[in-house]
Amino acid sequence: MGTLNTPKQVADRRAQATHTSMFARMLLRAAVLRRRRATAALLAMIVAAAVATAMMNLYVDVQAKLRTEFRNYGANVVVVAKDGQSLSGQFVSADVLAKVESTFGAKTLAVPFSYAVARTKDGQSVVVVGTDFTRARQLNHWWKVNHWPDAHGEALIGMRAATVVSPNRQPFELSFQGKEIQLAPAGMLQTGAGEDSRIYLDQSEFQSWTGIAPSTIEVAANGSTAEIEALIRQLAQILPGAEIRPVRQIMEGEANVLNKTRATLYASAALVILTSALCVLATLIGWVFDRRHDFAIMKALGASERLVNGFFAAEAAALGVVGAILGFFLGIGVAAWIGRVNFHAPVVPRFGVFPYVLAGSVAVALISAILPITMLRRVEPAIILRGE
Amino acid sequence: MFPRIVYESFRHQARRKLLAGIAITLGVAVATAMIAVATDIGDKINRELRSYGANLIVTPQEDTLDVEVGGINLKPPSDGTFLNEADLPKIRGTFWHNNIVGFSPMLPVTVKLGGGSGAKDVTLVGTYFNKPLHFGRQDFTTGVRITHPWWKVEGSCGDGALPRSGRVEDSPAACGWPNDDSQNILVGERLATKLAKKPGETLDVAGRQLTISGILSTGAAEDDQIVAPLALAQQVLGKPGAVRRLYVSALTKPQDGFATRDPKTMTPEVYDRWYCSPYVQSIAYQLQEVIPHSHAEQIRQVAQNEGTVLTRIKGLMLLVTLAALFASALAVSAAMATAIFERRIEVGLMKALGAGNLAVSAIFFAEALLLALVGGIAGFSAGALLAHQIGRSIFNSQISIEPVLFPIILVIAVFVTFAGSAAAIRRAVKFDPVFALRGEG
Repeated sequence: MGTLNTPKQVADRRAQATHTSMFARMLLRAAVLRRRRATAALLAMIVAAAVATAMMNLYVDVQAKLRTEFRNYGANVVVVAKDGQSLSGQFVSADVLAKVESTFGAKTLAVPFSYAVARTKDGQSVVVVGTDFTRARQLNHWWKVNHWPDAHGEALIGMRAATVVSPNRQPFELSFQGKEIQLAPAGMLQTGAGEDSRIYLDQSEFQSWTGIAPSTIEVAANGSTAEIEALIRQLAQILPGAEIRPVRQIMEGEANVLNKTRATLYASAALVILTSALCVLATLIGWVFDRRHDFAIMKALGASERLVNGFFAAEAAALGVVGAILGFFLGIGVAAWIGRVNFHAPVVPRFGVFPYVLAGSVAVALISAILPITMLRRVEPAIILRGE
Repeated sequence: MFPRIVYESFRHQARRKLLAGIAITLGVAVATAMIAVATDIGDKINRELRSYGANLIVTPQEDTLDVEVGGINLKPPSDGTFLNEADLPKIRGTFWHNNIVGFSPMLPVTVKLGGGSGAKDVTLVGTYFNKPLHFGRQDFTTGVRITHPWWKVEGSCGDGALPRSGRVEDSPAACGWPNDDSQNILVGERLATKLAKKPGETLDVAGRQLTISGILSTGAAEDDQIVAPLALAQQVLGKPGAVRRLYVSALTKPQDGFATRDPKTMTPEVYDRWYCSPYVQSIAYQLQEVIPHSHAEQIRQVAQNEGTVLTRIKGLMLLVTLAALFASALAVSAAMATAIFERRIEVGLMKALGAGNLAVSAIFFAEALLLALVGGIAGFSAGALLAHQIGRSIFNSQISIEPVLFPIILVIAVFVTFAGSAAAIRRAVKFDPVFALRGEG
């Protein structure tokens, strides 16, 4: 008798060998043989994971989406020269603009404004503003303008200013400290606010006429209130001659609406995820409970408690992992679709969400497997096999 | 026999029925809460959007140009025409008066600070802070504390407590805010620093000694100005009842193509429909009707953007609600399917005793109906409670649940339960009784 051929050794070896392969085989065969029930369980898992992924993705991304939406309200930070001087007191105005934009980071829009009070021919005072039209147009989406000036000597005229300076849209003359300028109205501006009483000119034209450099820069910066306040402090050190302040009306309104929306979405996401976990629980409990015969046979054949539990747990975990992976991609698709439908921009997939979805899916699957197993453990295998 | 079978089934399988019932209750509760939140979110966010300030401005029809640079008004103060303060309460008589959250009149006056040669020009704005008014039998208060919620006041409290920030929500005690019938004023933050003045001190404004009740911070032009009760500004100007501008904050519907049409070109029917829609344009039109010689216009910065934000948030909540409904329908179906699948042996027995497919299905459907009704009612109540909690904790106000929602929810619950059970019942009925009875499920 060789050392490898004692009956006990053979039995041991076989037990060892078949044992491991049998485990995998049972897992697979169980899924194939009962594919309808397995599919139902997997489907529930996928849907739950997809819904959870979509909700988490949306929750993270919606704030960014809404922030861009809120930027349509215009500037949320204003840079003003101290004591009414112009900002170029210390810097060339283009330099100041560049400094502001580089401090607040990409996607920031900074628009210079300079102001002067000019007189019309009949002695009426009117405020004339010099600005950069291309930038102002991007910043102030709500300005209703029928035609933006694009040629030299053209001005944008507020609705109410127009009735005074150019009622029939004829060219008009303005004078500032004895210097005169001839302007043609390009288009009308309507905002319902102070802008309606003003005349807007291109900055270079305005400066060569009045000699006044920009005194105000309006900035539309992205970020939360705290981020923007930190940037304001940073910019204040770079531009000591300027006063930088947040536009409270815009900042507080945005923070308010954003917080409420986020809280509502959070509550909704929690409810939706809870419900889909419930769905998985209901399906999986059924699926495991349904297999009580397998459970009883395994035990009748002498399987240990640990093995049987391990088997069911492995099955549930496998279901959880496969469901989480498939559901994750489905969920990203759903989130992207919602982004496109509602915000006209796709929601960026967040792969950082995946570990949470995976852990959640496996946890729910394990819980749904453990519940019926603890119920079955108390029952004698013989009773189950007799069909009672 | 039929009622007895159903009854006994509930009595003997109480635990399984309870599980299915809980699933239905939870599903219905989530659906109810989400529908309630989604239907009310528009109104709630609309109110939150009012924190951006007024969306309508009313000016005299024949107004002269504003000449204002950096918060300093260069226009001669008595120049131009005014609105009449006595007309303002009539706003409460417009068709959409319930949508008007508040309004604030403004009367800017240029005043000299301090006497003698050191005099300095400063703008003093007269307004309502929180003024009690009445129209007909209605009593209401309005003013900047409602229409300009971002205005903050630092001042001493009347009861000698420590100064607190003066937002309406934070302190009902109105610390620092002057009374509308007092001679007290608010001084803008930057102006106060320049003058080195603190709350409680007096300031010489146009020859009057006025008490500073608080320091105002707005992040805008008012930081360089003095804000006073309207009556005081009128006295300084010498024009009782005069108002230069009126800011109105109204809840509006996002505008569409119909909103921007000219009411003069409409047929009477279309006009009525337009008039009775809370568009910012139709509210402006109604304001012009009640305030003589006025011109009302939307403040485009606020009015144009709130429509987009509102549409986005409402759309988002609608999609999320659909996801919630889908998930709860699935959960209910899954629970029902599981509950029925476990009863194949019972089906086999019934069929072996001669029950037809119809009779067996009827029993299951009756059970499902009973479960759905009980679960639906319990779920609706739980959902209403949940919606109430969400409204309280997030929006600080009630989320109202329309009673009409109840039958709808109940029908949906029954329908989803049936749909969820149908497949399982069909399979249970089709199952061969021999296999079932031999225990070979």
